[in-house]
Amino acid sequence: MESLVSILYMIAVFAFAYGIRMMRSPKTAKQGNVISLIGMLLGLLGSLIQPLPLGDNNYLWIVMSMFIGSAIGLPLAQKVKMTAMPQLVAMFNGLGGASATVIGIVELLNINAQTPFSSKFISVLALLIGAISFTGSILAYLKLEGKLRKQWVVPGHNALNLLLLVIMFGLGILIATGTNGIGWPLWVMLALSLFYGVFFVFPIGGADMPVVISLLNSLTGLSAAAAGGIYGNKAMLIGGILVGASGTILTLMMCQAMNRSLWNVILAGKFTAGSGASSNGTDQVMKEITKPDAAILMQYSKNVLVIPGYGLAVSQAQKIVKEMDDLLGGVDVSVKYAIHPVAGRMPGHMNVLLAEADVPYEKLLDLDDANAALKNTDVVLIIGANDVVNPSANDDPGSPIYGMPILNALDAKHVIVMKRGRGAGYSGIENPLFYHDKTKLYFGDAKASLNEIIAELKENL
Amino acid sequence: MEQIGQFVNSNLLEIYILLMAIFLGFELISRVPTVLHTPLMSGTNAISGVVTLGGIILIRSAAADNYVQLVLGSLAIILGVINIVGGYAVTDRMLKMFKKEKK
Repeated sequence: MESLVSILYMIAVFAFAYGIRMMRSPKTAKQGNVISLIGMLLGLLGSLIQPLPLGDNNYLWIVMSMFIGSAIGLPLAQKVKMTAMPQLVAMFNGLGGASATVIGIVELLNINAQTPFSSKFISVLALLIGAISFTGSILAYLKLEGKLRKQWVVPGHNALNLLLLVIMFGLGILIATGTNGIGWPLWVMLALSLFYGVFFVFPIGGADMPVVISLLNSLTGLSAAAAGGIYGNKAMLIGGILVGASGTILTLMMCQAMNRSLWNVILAGKFTAGSGASSNGTDQVMKEITKPDAAILMQYSKNVLVIPGYGLAVSQAQKIVKEMDDLLGGVDVSVKYAIHPVAGRMPGHMNVLLAEADVPYEKLLDLDDANAALKNTDVVLIIGANDVVNPSANDDPGSPIYGMPILNALDAKHVIVMKRGRGAGYSGIENPLFYHDKTKLYFGDAKASLNEIIAELKENL
Repeated sequence: MEQIGQFVNSNLLEIYILLMAIFLGFELISRVPTVLHTPLMSGTNAISGVVTLGGIILIRSAAADNYVQLVLGSLAIILGVINIVGGYAVTDRMLKMFKKEKK
């Protein structure tokens, strides 16, 4: 039996790694997910039949809990709208962290004089990391859901941050070196780590959410790995570490895409509204474009590149974009999409939204390809995107986003910007692109604007 | 300090595995195209549901009348299973939408 269980865990680990490996291409990704799921089922089977030194098995409790968990999880996953995907993933992620926390608590309640330091320390880690990930994810969920718009930074945030970490770690060592009497240090540590999750996500702005979600994802993986360490369970250990490592690298990739260090994102506060050194004078005006002009401009061009931002998702306009794409395709206009790595509210979010609208993935260009393509583009249509096309990032050292790689929309012949209003947008940073000679503005809700264009196109074609 | 040394010594194999797994995780992800980052994240998020295995072992090692452990263990399983089921289902839904251009 022991060896059967070991083999099951081995296959599980291999399936996780291979499943992730298959996510490299959209063609194999779906199978990869199934393989990873099979790995998970085998792992669960292993933990169900693994011989244990003590205990009464209590299978009824297990079956009931699994049933309840599935009955909650499945409908949530099936009903969620694709625009709300980041929130849901954040929530699932938080629950995983909570699960590790509960396991850590129980294990620490069970310790006795014989429990070695290492087991206690690992339980502490599972509890601590899990709890931070739990409350952090729930807060991220609330922020993404728009239920929490506030974001303030307490004075001395960074010092307090450090102090909290030191106290939590100190309590952890205290618990791990103590022989019994977990008592108050356990509960104080739990409370502090739950608070820390809130504390650390609270000041982070909505535009930085892709980074935070990815980071929290990685934390949950680590907490699962720590929980695996408690039981010497290799499937948990390696599965968790895989998630932790992959989440970390993804986080760093996001930061790179914004040209900011992880610290800068976490410590926040740097992104203050309107802090560009060269504020745009009032003499500059935005030039508007009329419906017929916009439609005709696109209709008679060869290449149109769409740059979608979160504004597109907000007004649920993905499907309308696709409709416009089809109409233009009918008169041999090539329509492609340029996706900035941090467009949307989680990494790659925009790709999913467009895929949902049946846009084939070959039409989605990443940053480098898009910038190469922009030089031969006749019309670039920016829908609800702002910072990712802000040229200040290239040439204004005083701008808060200076150095961030952007989509160089101005390389195209014409730029049309669909924008809700004249304001500076989510991050509050002025965007000189909007005042540029090449740029024409089209004000209004993205969906309504696109519908107007489609109506024009239908009349013309 | 001594305890930390002892910790390292008694878990040498685990630490080796850990290092290799970290390396593997980095390698696997760094080649995934941006197009797939969201499904990738929700897919790996589902994998962190392995924590459920711990909940199962926890409950199985409890005495039938240790209700604190049984209830907390059930909670761990419920939370973990939501993560697993929801995570895989949502990833599958997303990946189904990625299609090739119809010719």
